[in-house]
Amino acid sequence: MTVISGAERRTAGWSEALRRWADGGNLIYAVLGVALIIAWPLVDVAGGDFMSGDSIRSILLRSISLGIVAMGQTLVILAGSLDLSVAYVISITTVVAASTIDGQASRLPLGIGLVLAIGAVVGLLNGLIITKTKTNPFIATLGMALVLQGILRSGVSAAKGEVPSSFQALGYKSLGPVPLAVLLLVVVFAVVYFLQRYTAFGAHLYAVGGDVQTARLSGVRSDRVIVTAHVLCSLAAVAAGLFVMARLGTGDPRVGPDGAYDLDSIAAVVVGGTALSGGRGGVAGTLAGVLLLSVLDSVFNSLQVSSFIQQAVRGGVLIVAVAAYAIRKRRAEG
Amino acid sequence: MITAPVEQATPARRAQAGNALQRLARVGPVVTVLVILYILCGLKNPMFFEPTVAMGLIKRAAPLMVLAAGQALVIIVGGLDLSVGALVTMTVVLAAGVSNGDPTATWWLLPGLLLLGAFVGLVNGLIVTRLKVPSFIATLGMMGILGGVVFQWSGGAPRGALAENFRTLGRSWIDVPVLGQLPYSVLVVLVVTVVGWWWLHRSDFGQQVFAVGGNADTAELSGVPVSRVRVAVFTVSGLCAALAGILLGGFAGVSAQVGSGMEFEAISAVVVGGAVIGGGRGSLPLAVAGALTLELLFTLLNLFSFPEPIRVTVQGVIIIAAVAYGGFRRRRTG
Repeated sequence: MTVISGAERRTAGWSEALRRWADGGNLIYAVLGVALIIAWPLVDVAGGDFMSGDSIRSILLRSISLGIVAMGQTLVILAGSLDLSVAYVISITTVVAASTIDGQASRLPLGIGLVLAIGAVVGLLNGLIITKTKTNPFIATLGMALVLQGILRSGVSAAKGEVPSSFQALGYKSLGPVPLAVLLLVVVFAVVYFLQRYTAFGAHLYAVGGDVQTARLSGVRSDRVIVTAHVLCSLAAVAAGLFVMARLGTGDPRVGPDGAYDLDSIAAVVVGGTALSGGRGGVAGTLAGVLLLSVLDSVFNSLQVSSFIQQAVRGGVLIVAVAAYAIRKRRAEG
Repeated sequence: MITAPVEQATPARRAQAGNALQRLARVGPVVTVLVILYILCGLKNPMFFEPTVAMGLIKRAAPLMVLAAGQALVIIVGGLDLSVGALVTMTVVLAAGVSNGDPTATWWLLPGLLLLGAFVGLVNGLIVTRLKVPSFIATLGMMGILGGVVFQWSGGAPRGALAENFRTLGRSWIDVPVLGQLPYSVLVVLVVTVVGWWWLHRSDFGQQVFAVGGNADTAELSGVPVSRVRVAVFTVSGLCAALAGILLGGFAGVSAQVGSGMEFEAISAVVVGGAVIGGGRGSLPLAVAGALTLELLFTLLNLFSFPEPIRVTVQGVIIIAAVAYGGFRRRRTG
């Protein structure tokens, strides 16, 4: 017979509540909080000013393009797929939009419309290749990335086009203290969060990613869900590309692959707690994952740690994060 | 579960089929494509039918062929190894930096590098099996760690030089009758392929690799040491990557970019050779043939003076087409 004292029961209740909160996908926010608490004095000691407006802004700006891509990447990973073509979609977006707009504000709608259409077509093709020919998503989107790379590089080799200053505002201007770019990320996040949480499409994403056979047997049109997720993912990459273009003021064919948006966005998604195999996680975790990676970058920058060490630590963080999720999952399953 | 009976049925059916053409079709379309590409190269430029030039082709493809052999094991066991490109770079940069062109260092450097490669693979395997991190993430993290650590060590760019005798394996040859020149790297590929073929397709261990890749739970229940098999496979993949680095360093010399992107090329070669991402199906010799096929494809596009970007696009289309075709064939034959 076991007797539980009141105090023990209270602590059990607390840890239970804490665990339930963490299991709800909030662990990453706890980690993010701890990271901020450790980072603050560390950077202060080093002579930097971690919580100054400038510092926060630079963290956020770096998070934005990766964050927007990762939002889209979350959708395809939830559906049990992934997208390695986003980096080249970003490059193509900057080049095509910037050269179409060519410095004239009146041509903005045309340029933006054109790249959105291109993004939709790329996503549609990715989705159709994966669902109709049963090609593994890794190969399908890797192949797509190569195809886009070839097309891009046979068209342009250097920076091209010009962005009117009205559009560059997206990259530099603020609405009060909040940079417009942050609003862009918030809007993309809100849209994806709404889709994932409150629509039938969102429920179907989890069903298809969890077990595609079961989903199909319960009447979910799995192919349509996967194709839709891929179209949305490519559109998110286009949005990120437009933001990058606003920052650069021109179109640059190297900006996507140089930013390693393909693998980095996948890393951000899984650091945020979404399972690579699909069906578990969500976009809220991804947002925290992106912020966590940015805090790391920012700390390392203020401590003047070399970019190579940063790269190595990021690799380690990725492995440790996913290992931690795996351990928690095993515990939860007993 | 479905894969096992099909695998067992193949030898029986093979015995019935006397027709050489049918047998060729069953071996896999990659061999047919390989032969066709080679004949096309020869028709465009008869030089390619000369043994020395043909050997030179294999010599150029040798690093990728060795990588493909290791990657084939990993893919058949149900994983992916994204760290091999960074491992190739590490091998070359480390060899040049440590030896600084000293020929007396080569004798301990070669086994040392192979051991290091195997060790990195071992760590990959342990992360995958002990920490339950998906191999995509584990090896992606390892890719970041290796790249970061090596370039931190070498100060951002490769330094030092490779000794002549270190480079022998990758670029020299023995004079033999009939063939003229027999490059050492061709011998290396031959040994790797034969040993790999025997290990994967003729030994008990190989059967366990297919069993784990087909269905790890079933394999576990039937007494297969699943974790040990996985660790062994990743270790060999690391070993192959170090060997590929030694060959490539010899062939192409030292550069910071030497192995970048090779992980994707190796994975492409393996799936062009008919292996299925997700595991349970594939062939090591055909994966090696897939690597040679990719190299021949580049050579051919080069001969017809396609610009380099178009080659990338064609490569993307070929990879998707190969996998889609493989899936189509499998579904048709049951």
